[in-house]
Amino acid sequence: MPIEPPVVSPATIADAYAALAGGTPDAPVRPIAGGTDLMVTLAGDLGDPPARIVDLWGLEALRGIVVDGTALSLGALTTFTEIRHSALCREHLPVLVEAAASIGAAQIQNRGTLGGNIANASPAGDTLPVLLAVDARFVLGSVRGEREVPAKAFWTGYRRTAMAPDELVLKIVIPLLQDRRASFRKVGTRRAQSISKVVMAVAWRSDAIDGSGPWHDVRVALGSVAPTPIRASRTEAVLEGAAPTADVADAAADALAGELVPIDDVRSTAGYRRLAAARILHRCIREAGGW
Amino acid sequence: MTTRTDDPGALVILPGTVVPGRARPPVPLRREGPSKLTGVALYTDDIVVPGAWYGSTIRSTDAHAILDGIDLDPSFDWTTVVVVTASDIPGENVVSSIRSDQPILVPMGGEIRHHAEPLALLAAPDRGTLREARRRVRVRTTPLPGVFDPEASEHTFASYAIETGDAEAAMAGADLIFEGEYRVGHQEQLYIENNAMIAEPTAGGGVTVTGSLQCPYYLHEALKRGLGLGDQGARVIQAETGGGFGGKEEFPSVIGLHAALLARKAQRPVRMIYDRHEDIAATTKRHPAIVRHRTAVTREGVLVAQDIEVIMDGGAYCTLTPVVLSRGALHSGGPYRCPNVRIRARATRTNTPPNGAFRGFGAPQVEFAAETHLNRIAERLGISPLDIRRRNLLVPGDATPTGQVLRESVAAEEVLERAAEASEFVRLRARAEAERRRRADDGTSSSGPFRTGRERTASGIGIALGWHGAGFTGSGEVKLASVASVELTADGRIVVLTASTEMGQGTKTIFPQLVGEALGVSDRDVEIAPQDTAIVPDSGPTVASRTSMVVGGLVIRAAGRLREAVEREMGAPFAESYRAFARDHGALRVDQRFEPYPGGTPFDDETYTGDAYPAFSWAACVASVRVDLDTGEVQVDDVVAADDIGRVIHPILAEGQVEGGTLQAIGYATIEEIKLRDGRYLNDRLATYIIPTAMDAPRISAILVEAPFDGVPHGAKGVGELPMDVGAPAVVAAIADATGAWITDLPASPERILAALAAMPDVAGPRPGMSPPEDAS
Ligand SMILES: Cc1cc2nc3c(=O)[nH]c(=O)nc-3n(C[C@H](O)[C@H](O)[C@H](O)COP(=O)(O)OP(=O)(O)OC[C@H]3O[C@@H](n4cnc5c(N)ncnc54)[C@H](O)[C@@H]3O)c2cc1C
Repeated sequence: MPIEPPVVSPATIADAYAALAGGTPDAPVRPIAGGTDLMVTLAGDLGDPPARIVDLWGLEALRGIVVDGTALSLGALTTFTEIRHSALCREHLPVLVEAAASIGAAQIQNRGTLGGNIANASPAGDTLPVLLAVDARFVLGSVRGEREVPAKAFWTGYRRTAMAPDELVLKIVIPLLQDRRASFRKVGTRRAQSISKVVMAVAWRSDAIDGSGPWHDVRVALGSVAPTPIRASRTEAVLEGAAPTADVADAAADALAGELVPIDDVRSTAGYRRLAAARILHRCIREAGGW
Repeated sequence: MTTRTDDPGALVILPGTVVPGRARPPVPLRREGPSKLTGVALYTDDIVVPGAWYGSTIRSTDAHAILDGIDLDPSFDWTTVVVVTASDIPGENVVSSIRSDQPILVPMGGEIRHHAEPLALLAAPDRGTLREARRRVRVRTTPLPGVFDPEASEHTFASYAIETGDAEAAMAGADLIFEGEYRVGHQEQLYIENNAMIAEPTAGGGVTVTGSLQCPYYLHEALKRGLGLGDQGARVIQAETGGGFGGKEEFPSVIGLHAALLARKAQRPVRMIYDRHEDIAATTKRHPAIVRHRTAVTREGVLVAQDIEVIMDGGAYCTLTPVVLSRGALHSGGPYRCPNVRIRARATRTNTPPNGAFRGFGAPQVEFAAETHLNRIAERLGISPLDIRRRNLLVPGDATPTGQVLRESVAAEEVLERAAEASEFVRLRARAEAERRRRADDGTSSSGPFRTGRERTASGIGIALGWHGAGFTGSGEVKLASVASVELTADGRIVVLTASTEMGQGTKTIFPQLVGEALGVSDRDVEIAPQDTAIVPDSGPTVASRTSMVVGGLVIRAAGRLREAVEREMGAPFAESYRAFARDHGALRVDQRFEPYPGGTPFDDETYTGDAYPAFSWAACVASVRVDLDTGEVQVDDVVAADDIGRVIHPILAEGQVEGGTLQAIGYATIEEIKLRDGRYLNDRLATYIIPTAMDAPRISAILVEAPFDGVPHGAKGVGELPMDVGAPAVVAAIADATGAWITDLPASPERILAALAAMPDVAGPRPGMSPPEDAS
């Protein structure tokens, strides 16, 4: 017996800001983008529904993928299908394309947005480790103006974010680095329509052509292993400045297994998540090192 | 679906073509296909009933408790809400079934025996009011400790012992004895359409219930008892039904009674339509089971003795558990010859939602155990899994553990050889073995739990052989005494009257084929009467793969008698004379009652001896998998399934059953698992109960084998359940072939596989079917 709250469809971002600013703790107003998360919670009667919904879908200003100077920027309403088809993304950030391709299936990718994935703040959001690993910044906006929050400071607790209730994600800005390499791996429950048991993105800088040289600015980011998407800082420290050899891979995998504190839940066990995370990191280093 | 054509000798059926060696016209399209494709078909929730209210169920949130009271918030306006509690039940407060131990609603002061148990019913004119009313109901209970381990339960629903020879003595003198324990958990049927019923009160205090169901007469009986109605007062009509798999065998009695009670009290129609969450949380599942084998063999791998213990978890109420267990016990040794067998089977009560019918009906659990055990024995003896089966499989003249001598329609060998040949089992297995040896020898394997090996994936192939008793177990068909009819109506139409339901498997398509053939007319000239208890006789439930064989046999016999009568009168072939007969003589209806199949030894329910089934269907499955050695993820790439179903009536529908049953078995083997805490299902939504998607489906090649059963005129034995029995052990054997690890708990999830590969048992999580307490996680 789903409740269907009233929906407003603003024509401008300013109208959207105003509509969102009208929300109160007792009568919250929530934005809807693709609706692939929000509609599930409404239909499933999961939690209290908002008093009003603000439909962002018509806001063209929140769309578009551009490279300006040294950054790739994506509008919050960019769908996963758009990311998959984007020549810019494929050229500059194939790891994001990989993550987008791993989400749900075609219908969800057509509708689900990058901004929705970020704002929904699920620890299992598959693009989130990628955004952490490539030092993405989120541009937020509200009646009070715009501000920028780095991905690393965005997810503050289980399904909690640094956003105010009336704020919107406007765009995602990703600095592009010439010598950055990155890898993505999702371990889900099945081959499609699958929520991650562990999802990992690793990014590093390396000037060696064959990938065998030392790694710098290493980022190891994971989802589904903590209440928020996280960076594994102790593991990053092990990898920083090291070349992808077997010894380094062993040390990094051990470090990751040592620092993760996942939980048992309906999708998997803590032990599996720790083990699988260590092994997929080991594989990533092995593949980079070519041994 | 791909069809292999490289083996001209095999009974390969190209979709839409004829069986080699048998001239037959192209098969008919599905009767209800066009209406389903065009959206004209009305499933229960599509049916518009003016003035109908919406019904809803208040359920327990305790697994075990005393129901102290149900309070309605006095500040809420209850005038437009109907509330039904146990005290409103006019008849007996039982859901009529084998034991009838399940209340329709828990009475005040009564015992709540499982989470999500129905306590009260509400109906309101609109969903908003209903939703609000639900929030204003408060249930008071006194919690009691629950029993969640079937082995710790002190209440036994049923137990059976089967003995032949002297297993103990044979063990004492045997070359080798192997022991093994196997566990499987709950599986959800996951029909596309959720359970749904609409009840309408009728003049004179009766009720008509229309809904999604497999067995109109089960609900009919339940309505009569629960509402205290006579045969005419209760009427049940099947709506278009979107799948059943056993999940709409006995459960419709519960939801149908609920809708009827609300309609009776509201004195208006009431719709009771479950959403997916409620459907998964509250309806029956496949029984979890623990199966233990002790097996004596010679060094050559010949079976000497089997000692088998089967424990099934019945859940909180009996439902169909005794017959599920019975089939499980009877199939637990596998399709093998063994002179000394002892089988002990029991099903117990736990404080978990009741388990019930599900495609395979007790057989998939025990056949997974039997096949995996035999595969492990073969490995230990250094015999190929194909050869150990060749040495032991049942052939004509052999006897089963109940002393049933198999005289005809025995195709274990044929399905095994066909599947092995078509899948290139021997070659692929040798290749997988060479790869496994190379990985172990050249140091490329993972050297510790947090390490990867050089190769990320490993391939393997596995085989399983199975059997499935056709139709009801033991004396079931005799007791049922089903009736099916064929009528030539006064206006010259030919109508088949049975209670056998269409739920996507093809009843409505094959009965006209069978009757048309018997009458010498086209199947297009044969109509099917609606499944409405006011119109059709009780031809039994649509379960146990019995529709093609048993009811099919009855309609052919009825048609034969009709043809004889018409031809005798008219002196001309039926096809040319039936319209004139109808014009001159009016309607003629022939009712055919079930008669025991000739020959054989009647089954003795006391001693569990005799012919447990009129015949068996036989199946072999070969699965090829790739296992991700880093994560334990399994991809089933290819399955070859050979199924002997007696006679193929409609090749496309039969292949559909093999493909669907195989995929359902792959889900059972790899990912499908209900997880519990304190007797509550944790993953009771589609977001968390995971079944295979199209992306997870392998290539499936179905080989249909025909070893006809002579007891019925058309030789068919049924195909619905058979493929479900063999898929899981084949997949698990393939995983072992790839990785060297035998997974003895289903599903063989990545967690269980990685736990085995890394030798870290904790990674696996709880055993299947177990319900640890909330604080244990
Ligand atoms: C079948 C299915 C499969 C799925 N598979 C995956 C998967 O594999 N991986 C994965 O990560 N996710 C998956 N999801 C979840 C979902 O598709 C993604 O999280 C998606 O990115 C959500 O985007 P949306 O635009 O649909 O969000 P919506 O549902 O519209 O919104 C989600 C939340 O974000 C808020 N929001 C949306 N846009 C903004 C904005 N611009 N500013 C501020 N707040 C905003 C909404 O208020 C809401 O709280 C799946 C969902 C379904 C139904």
